[in-house]
Amino acid sequence: MMASDFITRVHAHFDTLCADLLSRLGAGEETTLNITAEETLFVRFNGNRVRQNTDVEQLTLSLRLQSNGRTVEKGATLTGAADADRAAAMLLLEACRYEASVLPLDPNQVAMQNKGSSNEEFRGALLAAQEVVPAVVAPAEGCDLAGLYAGGAIIRGNRNSLGQSHWFATETFFLDYSIYNGAKAAKGSYAGSRWNAADWAANLAHTRSMLALLDKPPQNIHPGRYRTYLAPRAFSELVGMLGWNALSASAWKQGRSPFKKLAEKEARLSPLLSIDENFALGLTPRFNALGEVSARTLPLIRAGELQNLLVSSRSAKEYGLAANGASEGESPRVMDVATGTLQNQDVLKTLGTGLYLSNLHYLNWSDPVSARVTGMTRYACFWAEAGEIVGPIQDLRWDESLYDALGTKLVALTAQAEIDPATGTYYQRSLGGSRTPGALIEDFTFTL
Amino acid sequence: MPQTPIAHELAIQHAMSIAQWAGVRYSRETTTQRGVRNDRPETNQSALEEGVMCEVLVDGHFGYAATADLSDAGLQRAFDRALATTRATSPFKLHAFSADQRPGASGSYRSPRQHDLDHTSLAAITDCLLAASRAMQLSDLVVNRSASAMLVQTQIDFFSSNGSRTQQRFDMVDITLAATAAQGLQSQTRSWSRTGQFGGEIFERAEFEQQAERTAQEALELLASDNCPSGVMDLVLMPDQMMLQIHESIGHPLELDRILGDERNYAGWSFVQPADFGRLQYGSPLMNVSFDPSKDHEFASYRFDDGGNPATKELLIDKGVLVRGLGSLESQARSGLPGVANFRASSWNRAPIDRMANINLEPGDSSLDDLIGQVEHGVLMTTNRSWSIDDYRNKFQFGCERGQLIHNGKLGEVVRNPNYRGVTVDFWNHLAGVGRDQATYGTAFCGKGEPNQVIRVGHSSPPCLFRGVEVFGGQS
Repeated sequence: MMASDFITRVHAHFDTLCADLLSRLGAGEETTLNITAEETLFVRFNGNRVRQNTDVEQLTLSLRLQSNGRTVEKGATLTGAADADRAAAMLLLEACRYEASVLPLDPNQVAMQNKGSSNEEFRGALLAAQEVVPAVVAPAEGCDLAGLYAGGAIIRGNRNSLGQSHWFATETFFLDYSIYNGAKAAKGSYAGSRWNAADWAANLAHTRSMLALLDKPPQNIHPGRYRTYLAPRAFSELVGMLGWNALSASAWKQGRSPFKKLAEKEARLSPLLSIDENFALGLTPRFNALGEVSARTLPLIRAGELQNLLVSSRSAKEYGLAANGASEGESPRVMDVATGTLQNQDVLKTLGTGLYLSNLHYLNWSDPVSARVTGMTRYACFWAEAGEIVGPIQDLRWDESLYDALGTKLVALTAQAEIDPATGTYYQRSLGGSRTPGALIEDFTFTL
Repeated sequence: MPQTPIAHELAIQHAMSIAQWAGVRYSRETTTQRGVRNDRPETNQSALEEGVMCEVLVDGHFGYAATADLSDAGLQRAFDRALATTRATSPFKLHAFSADQRPGASGSYRSPRQHDLDHTSLAAITDCLLAASRAMQLSDLVVNRSASAMLVQTQIDFFSSNGSRTQQRFDMVDITLAATAAQGLQSQTRSWSRTGQFGGEIFERAEFEQQAERTAQEALELLASDNCPSGVMDLVLMPDQMMLQIHESIGHPLELDRILGDERNYAGWSFVQPADFGRLQYGSPLMNVSFDPSKDHEFASYRFDDGGNPATKELLIDKGVLVRGLGSLESQARSGLPGVANFRASSWNRAPIDRMANINLEPGDSSLDDLIGQVEHGVLMTTNRSWSIDDYRNKFQFGCERGQLIHNGKLGEVVRNPNYRGVTVDFWNHLAGVGRDQATYGTAFCGKGEPNQVIRVGHSSPPCLFRGVEVFGGQS
């Protein structure tokens, strides 16, 4: 197992940099400092063999300066060496000072405050670099496995010139993968903070059982409307669209929200549907880049009615709203969809005749004003008749309004939900994720 | 060219005590975002990303370690990590490579520009953005007026144990103006963009004001328009939608790493099979598509890819027939298929993979009026708004910001929420007309890869005419 002093080293480095930089602020200057860092081993697999392996150690410092009514933010990669990074931080401060002297006033600037302190560290027991590949591929011998292992420490730190201080560090891994029988595929994911060989073997066995179902006779499904079950990961994709402006207060005020009708009580969703932002799941820190701390649980939708939009402090200032700890992008960070009453063992029986979809793919708004979304089916998706899987379907395109799919067409939610930790690795490993049940939807519209 | 601030020779020498081959890619990129909204500053941010990717070949397997510690000791530690991990993974390698996939190369590249971006004053940029925001204020119904500019300056220097020494410098700009008009529960957004390798000369206040005013006028026009009708009809796509059509239904399916299955767990596979090269009638005989990293000012022009392979223009689809894939020397060695120099990484902390660069549809000989004149019943669509395609790149559905009906060869009324859908090869075989006037667009955010990478791509295209396409509008 891997033991690393990366978290301790970066914490001390951030403390030193902050102390030095904050001591250099002048009168009328306030600053927020953020560090993001990770020490990650990425291994990419194809055919249950290694395509590429990459070790990455990265630290990034960002500095927001508020001075004379102006706002400037600059960031830079850090080397990890004290002298070099102290000099880099000072260059950032000087560059911010210059820009603040020439920019126009920022009327939506929010005065910095001390929003408190927090310190959370979650240590894991991760595989050492040389242990990863044998641990992954041995149980998968004979499988055509493709995917990505990412493991290591992830850090988020925040300070400001008014004494605010937050620290979050965690050691985790994920193995996001799919297995293939020719063009047929089933998707799986194994994640945690301690690699357990038995858990990985069980996870893989479950995915193999899904792949085996794809050996049934293929079904050719014509475009039309079908009773459809979205397994938790597919439903997670669908409700994930709410993160694309639907729950953003600024998008609503700027005429860009697909949930404008919901926000203005001109429409409602199904009484079965309740969604919270739930930091109690422990997937991501509660503080945002300004160090503002969200409530442990923030109700977003309750029984089909909007309870809260996500409101950043900047939007709050501009539109006279109450901020609720949202990040500036005003997207959910840990969406938690309440479960229903449909038991997993009853899903097929309740579906009866229709489509069972394990995964969706490439969703996008096709008509934002109507909250209409298009996307594709992907991986293990089946036609069912009389509560039995008949066989796999071809990839189908669908196009459906969320006002319908999450409204009058929503028949049931499962009693069991699944946690789907974020596996995004653009620029850096993501934190966050979601917890969603499966959903049974009537007359889901398939178009191609 | 500025010097590379690392002792690359020493580091490579250190790695070669064990490695069959070693390389160092130094990358420094400054990204500055300026934005105003409703005449007020919205965004003033910049980020400097700087680091080194150390690459080794051990027992036929390439492995990587990235560090931002540019000291001699930092580079050596990164190489030690790369060597240790790669020695452990090489027994499980997918393919046995050699140094042939990293040819020795030397040379340099510099983006064409009149004025360096870092000599362009913040005041001049802010002035253009504010002028655009104000020019969009045509009515109280225009509720959101945004103007933003992203300025990117990149240095990529590559050195290797077999003599590679390439130095490339890029100046890039991505400008977007957008107006949202809203009334009641209805809203419509219109936008304009300018994207490519430019210097500070791109910041011309008069151009910003002119485009901003037109953008706002068209947003208001859309707000008052009917929905696009549904039905099978002829479709004229303007270059700012052709860009997306090319990107999603030609660029991605032709990437050899997708065809080889590397991308199956993330972005997806491809309907294209290795046996299709030289045989598949991908589109009508009017269709000629090139990989062109040599086009001035296009977003993804360069002289060498990140493996040191010299980049040249190559035809991918010749008179509708698929002839070449988008694959690096690694993918070419694995597949035995012809490829291009497209082994590219998004930053210092990612390994290169097969990427698109500039993928262009070669011009034909029709004017836009000629194309419209051939349509009895159809619609012209402008500016991408929505995009979705399956993981094999077959079934797509795309939406545009603005439609304009065509009746008996003449442009008619404007319609909102225009969308169309189809299946890739069938769609391209319905290509019935290719314009003669290319326009060039691009995006800074093409996502792909595990770990994920966003990269810049460019697409040039004339307007094109497609027959018999399934078209539809919105619900509202």
